[in-house]
Amino acid sequence: MAASGLQILVAYPMLGPQGRPYGWYPFQGIPPPEWMRLGSWLAGARHWHFAFAWFLTLNGVAYVLYLALSGEWRRRLFLPRRDTRNALDTLAFYLRVRRHAPAQGLYNGLQRLAYTGTLALGLLAVLSGLVLYKPVQLGALTSLLGGYDAARAIHLIVLALLALFTVGHIALVLLHPRSLAEMVTGGRKPDA
Amino acid sequence: MPRHLLTRRTALLGTTALTASACDSTRPREGFLGVMERFNARAQAALFDERRLAPELPPEETTPPGKFPEYFISDTVPLAPSGWALRVGGLVARPTVLTLDALQRLPRTDLRIRHHCVEGWSAVASWHGVRLSELARHVGADTRAGYVELRSFDAGYYSSWDRPSAFHPQTILAYGMNGQPLAPGHGAPLRLYSGVKLGYKMVKYLTEVNFLPEPSGGYWEDRGYEWFAGV
Repeated sequence: MAASGLQILVAYPMLGPQGRPYGWYPFQGIPPPEWMRLGSWLAGARHWHFAFAWFLTLNGVAYVLYLALSGEWRRRLFLPRRDTRNALDTLAFYLRVRRHAPAQGLYNGLQRLAYTGTLALGLLAVLSGLVLYKPVQLGALTSLLGGYDAARAIHLIVLALLALFTVGHIALVLLHPRSLAEMVTGGRKPDA
Repeated sequence: MPRHLLTRRTALLGTTALTASACDSTRPREGFLGVMERFNARAQAALFDERRLAPELPPEETTPPGKFPEYFISDTVPLAPSGWALRVGGLVARPTVLTLDALQRLPRTDLRIRHHCVEGWSAVASWHGVRLSELARHVGADTRAGYVELRSFDAGYYSSWDRPSAFHPQTILAYGMNGQPLAPGHGAPLRLYSGVKLGYKMVKYLTEVNFLPEPSGGYWEDRGYEWFAGV
């Protein structure tokens, strides 16, 4: 999805409507590098993107259903009243402000915040994508996200944040290869 | 005879080959990508509501002068042949040839809505013209004509539309833009304009409108672009 999306971006590598580019976007007119792209040309990339968007969405729906039905959401989602304190303490520990790590279960507050954040980003990626696909037929959603060009900016920013999350985890695996197994299996479950 | 017809290696190679051939970027309307395009076309047609309108925008939203892109496929701006007139045919009670004057005597519609290009940019202008549905009534288009084909004098550029999108109240044959007669760069003397399709479906430099029982293709559609292309 990311690679075909970047190939689509090549056709108009700018943010903002014609004649009114967004001043804050630093890469106006600069197409993404070729090795990141899929689909060869605009029509090819659009067909890839709209074919596989369904599978991305189905995958997301299946995951959210699993979270909801298995009760896992209690353990994985960030619940502000429960987790804010722990997230702040963990952050303080990572920043060497605090000497000891706060007590935690399977996930600490900061991890819960990060994973809940990526779920929200995934949802935002799909919603902003729907606006770009059908800005008129889904007019209410278009105005909710601030219009067609705003949705285009959101779609790209979400991609950048998800890429950052992925790169961060790859760096973690390179530094501590053993963490790969725990990322995949979820690690040893506490007895309960 | 091989002991195993389906080894892990042949299965792996077969799957890879199948995926590669089913998702060919140079022929995106064939194979698996083509199957998904037809699925998406049905989904778009089901989502389409002929009463849903693209929002009318305030004058401040108008794209600054000279910044609304001018697209045509000829090497230079196509200019209307002398004695230009629009031929209307196909499944119609009264095949007709209409001059620009005759078109301008039909009820006029004005729009100021956002233009969505397949490339990802948007732009805004006001457009003045006559609804395609009004023209259909004028010539007595048959209800069996489920598609409308539009042809031009721009090096054979053409496209074809599904009837619900073509008969949408914001689909017009435009002869004016931003209060002026249509300029050659924007499709003079007559072009299609609509709030419900991507830009490449809006044929400029019109010569013919045909009401047809089957869809024909289109210049970009024949080269691999999506046929439905609704917004």
